Amino acid sequence: MPCAAAWAAGPTPAAAAQPVVPDTIQQRIKACTTCHGVHGEGSPGSGVFPRLAGKPAAYLAQQLGYFQDGLRKYAPMEYTVRQLSPAYMEEIAAYFSAQEAPYHPSPVPSVSAAVMERGKQLVERGDSTRGIPSCVSCHGERLTGVEPAIPGLAGLSYDYVSAQIGSWRTHTRAAKSPDCMAIVANRLRDSDITAVAAWLGSLPPPTDMHAQPADPERQALPGWCVANAGAMP
Amino acid sequence: MKRWLVGLLVVVLVLAALAWIFFPSPREPLPQSTSTLVSTATLRDPALIARGEYLAAIGDCAACHTRKGGVRYAGGRSLATPFGNVPAPNITPDPDTGLGRWSFEDFWRALHLGEGRHGELLYPVFSYTSFTKVTHDDALAIFAYLQSLPPVRQASDEPSLRFPYSLRRSLAAWRALYFKPGVYQPDPAQSAQWNRGAYLVQGLGHCNECHTTRDALGGLSPDTLTGGQIPEQNWYAPDLSANPGGGLEGWGTRDIVDLLKTGQSAKGAAFGPMADVVRKSTQHMTDADLDAIATYLQSLPARPAAVAAVSHVSFDRAKGAKLYADRCADCHGADGRGVAGIYPPLDGNTSVNEPTGINAIRTVLLGGFAPVTAGNPRPYSMPPYAQELNDEEVATVVSYIRQSWSNKAPAVRPSEVGTYRHTPID
Repeated sequence: MPCAAAWAAGPTPAAAAQPVVPDTIQQRIKACTTCHGVHGEGSPGSGVFPRLAGKPAAYLAQQLGYFQDGLRKYAPMEYTVRQLSPAYMEEIAAYFSAQEAPYHPSPVPSVSAAVMERGKQLVERGDSTRGIPSCVSCHGERLTGVEPAIPGLAGLSYDYVSAQIGSWRTHTRAAKSPDCMAIVANRLRDSDITAVAAWLGSLPPPTDMHAQPADPERQALPGWCVANAGAMP
Repeated sequence: MKRWLVGLLVVVLVLAALAWIFFPSPREPLPQSTSTLVSTATLRDPALIARGEYLAAIGDCAACHTRKGGVRYAGGRSLATPFGNVPAPNITPDPDTGLGRWSFEDFWRALHLGEGRHGELLYPVFSYTSFTKVTHDDALAIFAYLQSLPPVRQASDEPSLRFPYSLRRSLAAWRALYFKPGVYQPDPAQSAQWNRGAYLVQGLGHCNECHTTRDALGGLSPDTLTGGQIPEQNWYAPDLSANPGGGLEGWGTRDIVDLLKTGQSAKGAAFGPMADVVRKSTQHMTDADLDAIATYLQSLPARPAAVAAVSHVSFDRAKGAKLYADRCADCHGADGRGVAGIYPPLDGNTSVNEPTGINAIRTVLLGGFAPVTAGNPRPYSMPPYAQELNDEEVATVVSYIRQSWSNKAPAVRPSEVGTYRHTPID
């Protein structure tokens, strides 16, 4: 019997009975992967836990820091990241950033064609009459994000996108200044949030899910946001 | 009957407090220009400042006097108490919003007597009940360090306490009951190491502030370090005796030192507020100080054997066993012995068996990482189950764990899980 052999051969009975724990980052970060998935694929069923796979590492590490500093408020995440060091957060961020997980569609509420059209407009062209830049102008043509620190939007659920835009308006999510998304979120009407979340949540997954490389010609953050928080894009 | 007595006590205290407000005793005048008593040159001594930095870390001053994401020691964290919230002030040397105009004598009065610079009584959420034991020399070093920090201009909010606690003079009655000023007096019958440990635990480390039961008025029980529920935070800080019946029964020097230095030991891991304490404070202690603390805790008296609790809470043991096998056994082992240095044992674990069940309930709900320390820079973690398990399932698996192997703690109710599910994190 293998068990008896191990018992006899092991240095102590306790050592023989102990589970074998792999020394891997995956094993170490069970607190993360139980909700976000082993490969950071998110929770397509509920839409509450966002996809992390393939997002820029600097963005992910920055957001973990924001949960520590109180800029992002969500009690389970605040508790989970509370004891981590910057170095460990960077390692965890690099792990999820390097993952290639398939996209899974999330449920999207049925909205009218007009709402979808408005969502498409905001995502692709923005609304200059209200000073709203398009999503693609910052998050990349494929909406898979831009290095080093702009996250992808492709693959995020309707529920998650609408909740995040809402949280910028209620100050439960913020970024260090300049907080570009706070500006955008406060220019959207409630109906715009539904529209943009529905359009993003129903997009087919991109074939290349990596963040686009940084464009050396462009600033990391858009000029309209950096130069003048109130100005038109 | 008991409630009636507490009510009477509150009325008496309020009357006493009102008497103090309307018939104040003459205040001891503050010495003029006290800064001359300790020379500026003394306060600039690099060796003194370095010692003060170490002592401020042991005292974990930054934990309260820093707000989330804020500059260390610049204050702003709001401390929740059952009587209202008290923001911790800025203790950088900014002249207008910090301690810039304070002399060492002012600082000594605050730390040792619990009095502010203008003679006002300080709220005991600032743990002067413990800090009064800190020696004059150590206080001077801490003050020198704080005065060496870059000044940060950041005004502190006013406390928002309910009446009658909002009246500072009502503290006079509280202090008469619960506060006895006095520097730690070494016990000549004990070794220097034991005395050092006792000084750190009872004084600067202010362990009693969590690890001792508080009564309805927030006063500490005279039975020190016998464990207690931390008000508002809803964690249970366990008994710290390493002798039979104590919360640390069976813990050797190595176990105590490991936990305080790395956040993890063969007997258990630090989590909740203790994880903060390890990361910010105890991991920075010298080995000599850690050994001293272990020596002292191992000398605390044995505790009376817990009376077998008559529990009226029943739970489905078979269902608990199934939940344990599915969710817990991979890491903590079917035998509840964990994996040394990685996953803590649950069999005999003081936080599993503490009287309230809060720690086990909240750990199952929240999961989380052991603290990152120099000795454990990439800790393993536990998944949170708040999203996966309902109140009844959490209560069942926690009850199962509390009554398996050698554990004999009372079962917990689903309604308790429901309560602690909603305790704020900070």
